[in-house]
Amino acid sequence: MTATVHTGDRTTVKEGRARFDGKALLVLPGLAFMAVAFAVPLLLLIGDSFTGGKGVSLDGYRKVLADDYYVGIIRNSLQLALITTVGTLLLGYPAAFALARARGNLQIVLFALIFLPLTVSVIVKTFGIAIIMGRNGIINWLLVNLGFIERPIRLVFTEFNLYFGMLNVFLPFMILPIYSVIRMLDTRLTDAGASLGAGPVYVFTRITLPLTMPGVIAGVSLVFSISVAAYVTPSLLIGDRFMTMSQVMAKAYLNIRDFQLGASMAVIMLVIAAAVVFASSFLVRSPGQPGR
Amino acid sequence: MARLGMVFCWAVLGVVLVFLFAPIVIVVAVSFSPSSVFSFPPSGFSLRWYHAIGRADTLVAAVWLSVQIAFLATCISLTLGTLCAIAVVRGLVPGGKAIATFMASPLMLPGLVFGIASLQAARSIGLRDAYTTLLIAHVVITMPFIMRTVLASLSLFDFSMVDAARMLGYSYPMALWKVLIPNILPGFLSGALFAFIASFDNYPVSIFLVDVRTKVLPIQLLNQLEMSPDPTVAAASSLLILGTVLALVACDRLVGLRRMASI
Repeated sequence: MTATVHTGDRTTVKEGRARFDGKALLVLPGLAFMAVAFAVPLLLLIGDSFTGGKGVSLDGYRKVLADDYYVGIIRNSLQLALITTVGTLLLGYPAAFALARARGNLQIVLFALIFLPLTVSVIVKTFGIAIIMGRNGIINWLLVNLGFIERPIRLVFTEFNLYFGMLNVFLPFMILPIYSVIRMLDTRLTDAGASLGAGPVYVFTRITLPLTMPGVIAGVSLVFSISVAAYVTPSLLIGDRFMTMSQVMAKAYLNIRDFQLGASMAVIMLVIAAAVVFASSFLVRSPGQPGR
Repeated sequence: MARLGMVFCWAVLGVVLVFLFAPIVIVVAVSFSPSSVFSFPPSGFSLRWYHAIGRADTLVAAVWLSVQIAFLATCISLTLGTLCAIAVVRGLVPGGKAIATFMASPLMLPGLVFGIASLQAARSIGLRDAYTTLLIAHVVITMPFIMRTVLASLSLFDFSMVDAARMLGYSYPMALWKVLIPNILPGFLSGALFAFIASFDNYPVSIFLVDVRTKVLPIQLLNQLEMSPDPTVAAASSLLILGTVLALVACDRLVGLRRMASI
């Protein structure tokens, strides 16, 4: 990778200045900006989590990890991310499969339809979900007219509402990576398996699934790491009834002004999200899996 | 049996599409409803909520602010990001790959964490101007989108063309402007579009940086939803959806959607 990047380099280096090219300075404005506006604030935040009222302390972490209330909140976030990930995977894999097998223009249209919701603001989508779930909304209308219930029930601010919304917002993030791998899958391999007498289930578990695993891992790690940190969707769809780490962080800074608590929560969330990303890149590279 | 599996997959795809579009379609439907309470099925057709947008000063001000921030942030990160990407792709600096990863890393970070970090940093240096703080943070938000697309298109660009232009008398900046920029324009545009949308839609970072007089659109929309949820918000949202669709169609014509999505 680096070897190819370096080719062509020599031609521009002027004689006598072979060791340093002035054009290397092009990297400076961007790098300096990102260091000041991104890296430094982040390091300060991590520093904040270790400083209490009287100098260096681990009080923030002690408060979070020793208190059943906060441990429950971390569990809530993990549960939310886990259910969202499993749900999007169960719906997303078959959908991505059909998408990758669609022909010509149909595939482009279907792809655009999966892609479009990604570009629609989360707030707009959440607003739509709130209308769907309202007392006069479509779900209640269906339930009443199909005879399941007699009068409209309250759906907003329930866990059903929350998971409906989470699946809705994060599904494309699962479908797209899986789709891009299935599209590359050589159908001759599955045909060969089938012609040698393997049943469809055997073909799927022994050929299709292992070969598309990199896409599954990419989708799972992406959805898990962003849904564990999701803020807008849970706070709009369920609010204080189901507190997550994000909501505690936002409250710590905007309302109760306990910065050490907020910073400690942020670092814990950062560690969880980073662990998922590292674990997935390790899994994709491990032997026996085709690398990407 | 294998056919049955395929039928199942198509059925799931159908359900998924209906599911994904339900909230979007319902918002558009509500924006045309004549009454101020949301109800299904809709009871008529009216454009009164679109007229109401014009009277909603705070909403219009928020749209204008969001456009400014998103546009300026995209321009700044395009400039800084492209310069950086040139040096990295040409291997002019040691550790180019690490630099590229660093510049693209805000995408991996939970938005809320960066929002809090920005708030604390701005407080500690006494920066109280919400506009400046928002702009700086949004440059960071947009940078990964620019870096990824520009790096990808630059690595396909033949830099000897720049040398040729210089031999023919252009200065280095002029050669970049006349030869490099037109060549990598598709990557530029798709990166810029994504960056703009990312900034325009951002909520978790902006929520910490706005003040009473400086509110970007997502924050204003949410406030309005909490205060007085009438279909004006639906009408504004529908216009946003329309804008996104138009931008996507334009981008599809220029570079192709699939290439854009694979960044």
